[in-house]
Amino acid sequence: MSFEYFLSLLVFSPLAGILVLSFLPKTQESLIKMVGFLATLPALILSLIAYFQYRAGASLESLSEKVSWIQFGYSEQLGNLFSIDYELGLDGFSLIMLVLTAVLSTLAAIASIHIKKEWKGYFMLFLLLEVGMLGVFAAENLILFFIFFEITLIPTFFLIGKWGYFEKEKAAYSFLIYNGLGSAVLLIVIMVLFARTGTSNIDALMAAMSADNPQLVAPITENMKMGMLIALLIAFGVKLPIFPLHSWMVRVHVQAPPSIVMLHAGVLLKIGAFGLIRFGMGIFPDQFQSLAVLLAVLGVVNLLYGAFLAFVQTDFKMVLAYSSISHMGIVLIGVGALNEAGIQGAIFQVVSHGLIAALLFFLVGVFYERVQTSNIQNLGGMAKGMPITAGFLLAGAMASLGLPGMSGFVSEFMAFLGLFKEMPVLAAVGTIGIIMTAVYLLRAVLGITYGQAHRDFAGVTDMKKFEFVPVLVLVGLIVLIGVYPSVLSEPLTSTLETIMLGIGG
Amino acid sequence: MDLETLLSYEWSIMAPEFIILGVATALSLLDLFMPKAQSRKILGWIGFAGILAALVSLLGLVGHSTESILFDTFRLDSFAKAFKLLLLIGAAMVMLIAISYELNEGLEEFRGEFFYLFLAALLGAMMMSSSGDLITLFVGLELLSISSYILAGMRKRNLQSNESAMKYVINGGISTAITLFGMSYVYGLTGTTNLKTMAGFLTTVYDEQHIYLLGLAFFMIVVGLSFKLATAPFHMWAPDVYQGAPTPVTAFLSVISKTAGFALLVRILFSIFANTPSGDAEGMPMILTLQDYIAFLAGATMIIGNLIALRQRNIKRLFAYSSIAQAGYLLVVIATMSLFMFDALWFYLGAYLFMNLGAFAIIQHVTHKSGSEDISQFAGLYRRAPFLAIAMAVFLLSLAGIPGTAGFIGKLNIFMGALVPQEGHYVLVSIMIAATVVSYFYYFGVMVQMFFRPAADVGKIKVPAALTAVISISIAATILFGVVPNIAFDFLQGNFNQFTDFFQ
Repeated sequence: MSFEYFLSLLVFSPLAGILVLSFLPKTQESLIKMVGFLATLPALILSLIAYFQYRAGASLESLSEKVSWIQFGYSEQLGNLFSIDYELGLDGFSLIMLVLTAVLSTLAAIASIHIKKEWKGYFMLFLLLEVGMLGVFAAENLILFFIFFEITLIPTFFLIGKWGYFEKEKAAYSFLIYNGLGSAVLLIVIMVLFARTGTSNIDALMAAMSADNPQLVAPITENMKMGMLIALLIAFGVKLPIFPLHSWMVRVHVQAPPSIVMLHAGVLLKIGAFGLIRFGMGIFPDQFQSLAVLLAVLGVVNLLYGAFLAFVQTDFKMVLAYSSISHMGIVLIGVGALNEAGIQGAIFQVVSHGLIAALLFFLVGVFYERVQTSNIQNLGGMAKGMPITAGFLLAGAMASLGLPGMSGFVSEFMAFLGLFKEMPVLAAVGTIGIIMTAVYLLRAVLGITYGQAHRDFAGVTDMKKFEFVPVLVLVGLIVLIGVYPSVLSEPLTSTLETIMLGIGG
Repeated sequence: MDLETLLSYEWSIMAPEFIILGVATALSLLDLFMPKAQSRKILGWIGFAGILAALVSLLGLVGHSTESILFDTFRLDSFAKAFKLLLLIGAAMVMLIAISYELNEGLEEFRGEFFYLFLAALLGAMMMSSSGDLITLFVGLELLSISSYILAGMRKRNLQSNESAMKYVINGGISTAITLFGMSYVYGLTGTTNLKTMAGFLTTVYDEQHIYLLGLAFFMIVVGLSFKLATAPFHMWAPDVYQGAPTPVTAFLSVISKTAGFALLVRILFSIFANTPSGDAEGMPMILTLQDYIAFLAGATMIIGNLIALRQRNIKRLFAYSSIAQAGYLLVVIATMSLFMFDALWFYLGAYLFMNLGAFAIIQHVTHKSGSEDISQFAGLYRRAPFLAIAMAVFLLSLAGIPGTAGFIGKLNIFMGALVPQEGHYVLVSIMIAATVVSYFYYFGVMVQMFFRPAADVGKIKVPAALTAVISISIAATILFGVVPNIAFDFLQGNFNQFTDFFQ
């Protein structure tokens, strides 16, 4: 953590892989896959170094970088008012997200072994996507955040549209348009803030918005603040996704290749939660409080809607897609509770669901590769043919439904604890969702693993060597967070304190 | 005027114009005396060298103080220098595209004309950005227009080309007449054609009737000039003309002609109407009270351009609507009239120059190879010519305003200008952002063809050197100004000093 451009190196390290790949002949399959995998390692190692150093007591501020970048409209009267710096930095929350991103990227690179064609293009886009994701969490100002946010958009579009399943192009378009609209709304908010305050630095904005007599270029009324918060809610609501804005995400989960869904469900959706907590709650704390009830209600709606729809699906990928919607409801519930337990639960859920969703989608990739179906009715009896895969599938489902001792339990418990304190009735309604989660997951997983074998599993091999790595790492992390939550909660302490100070709780 | 006054002028500030004029004349003479059988390609290279020479002489003038000669009809101020820089760089690239244009449909015999008409049109465009008088402005405009009419009809045995030239002449004639009508009111009220004298005179206008007439003049000028910009309400010619004209001409019309149009619009609006009282109680200048009308035109242009582009299958028509939409974004800059106006306009036009010319270079090559202009010709381009496909992807992303490209920084700059004023232009910004999202559909539609669809013809595509140069320069500039835009902003601040001499 001593040298100056640590974070830049971390964020842009996958570019080295892109550079190497561009010189490789495109027929060298195994070499390309190896380079693609290796290129994700520097970011992983560096982020783990940052994490352990932080746990050991080093300060994250020493990591911050700042270089002057763009000066708009310099003039004698204004000076360099509208300048955008290239500034990276971390707090506890973004550090955790960074580690999550790096871990999942490496695992998804391993999962990409199942990719069948055009490996070179695939891995170049994959690594570009990783740069975008890492950058989103390391950005210290809103414009830089937005730039990285958009950088994730383009590779994802191509990765879905070219390497996905049957209806891939439709899924890619629907991804692009929904997210394009979401980021358009986000851009309006960012530009209004930037134009009115003259800065886009997140800390500076927080200070400017909470001060009584802030130094602004042009006034920001209370109504404008509310409007901007609602716009943020829509922008990040598309990403998360919140109930009426979710249809694109189901399509993407079903059509995209499993390795990309791992990243999509594991990291990209979480940008929505990250943005909501960091910017929504951080920059507009007062307005956020008046929207808290709405958020909690939306959370419960998400939870129940996702759960009920997951229950009626016949395709396991659809079950998981709706399960993601349902689980994101818990994030909203935690955020809506607006107390320490709730927010901590929300952040835990972000990480926990990232790991669980990645695990489950990796397993989907593993058996889809072998039996070419993910339809529950056509599977059945997998425990006989592929006992190890079936066992891990069950473990993943248990984690997802919140079995004590696994990460899902901790996050759901805390989110609901928070909500019961503030809105007990709503929370009571929400608990139906928890029961439903158990019902649909068990129905789906038991249907796949046990029951009558509709398909001959003879000749189907179980998991191979390399496929154990992601599964074991993910299960290990899920259990680790489940039994020893302070791996997450300790780095979060200072972030939570700042947030609680902002909302005056 | 006697010889002495004539010689006393500082003619050196017109050096770029003289070089272009000289080369254009020399080319027409050479074309006349060269044997018929000899290839005219060499003329294109001479023209290219001429543009480069003009560019060098312009760069030599960048540090020159603000000067006007010929009774204030020719001005060399920061604004003129900045715009001429864009025009010359654009023209040099268009020339390279034109040199690589493979001949067919009877163009063989007229290739020489092709090159010197480009130069004549360029001269007109340069005069437009440098004029301080309505007469020279108008002469520049006509020089540009008339050369463009002929250029559009260059493919003489092609029906579409003839149709496009015809439509262009008729629409152009009408719009020029409207502009001129508007100018005549201003002249009638002030008795002068000189912009500076006019501005001084107009500050003293207080008669209601006169102000009403000036408002009318304002509308006529804006409407008439919208033809050159291809913005609503005079945008209808663009798709037909873009489709029918030879591709280098389309590239020229979409970039040089548009840039010149914006230079002219800014020159007239902000010289004449910035000082004219609007007659209301607060004494606001007329241009501010009429701001909303420009905003309306900008909004309409963005919506029309982007929505109709969704339905296009012909790549040149698609780019016609795309360029209408881009002109709409540029009108937003003028409508908001902020502190950032000149910077934002210049930067976006520069970004637009590179991304659009780069795209047209690729379009010319791909469509010409196959003889069809349907976007399905781009299918599988990634397999056939990875470099072209990736370059095209960068240009399309930049046109769509995706971060990492110059187009994004340009749009950011426009948003800033629109949101900084006390009364932010929220509606306009929302329309612009929504229109941008709509544009994703058709820009990514081309990408889908290039990257996802299999090619009908799997042969590799070879790209001529001149086109490779245009594409490489464009791609480098698009990314460079997207990643380190301060190069451009520093250049502006260092050399043009906020364009403060515009009003002097």
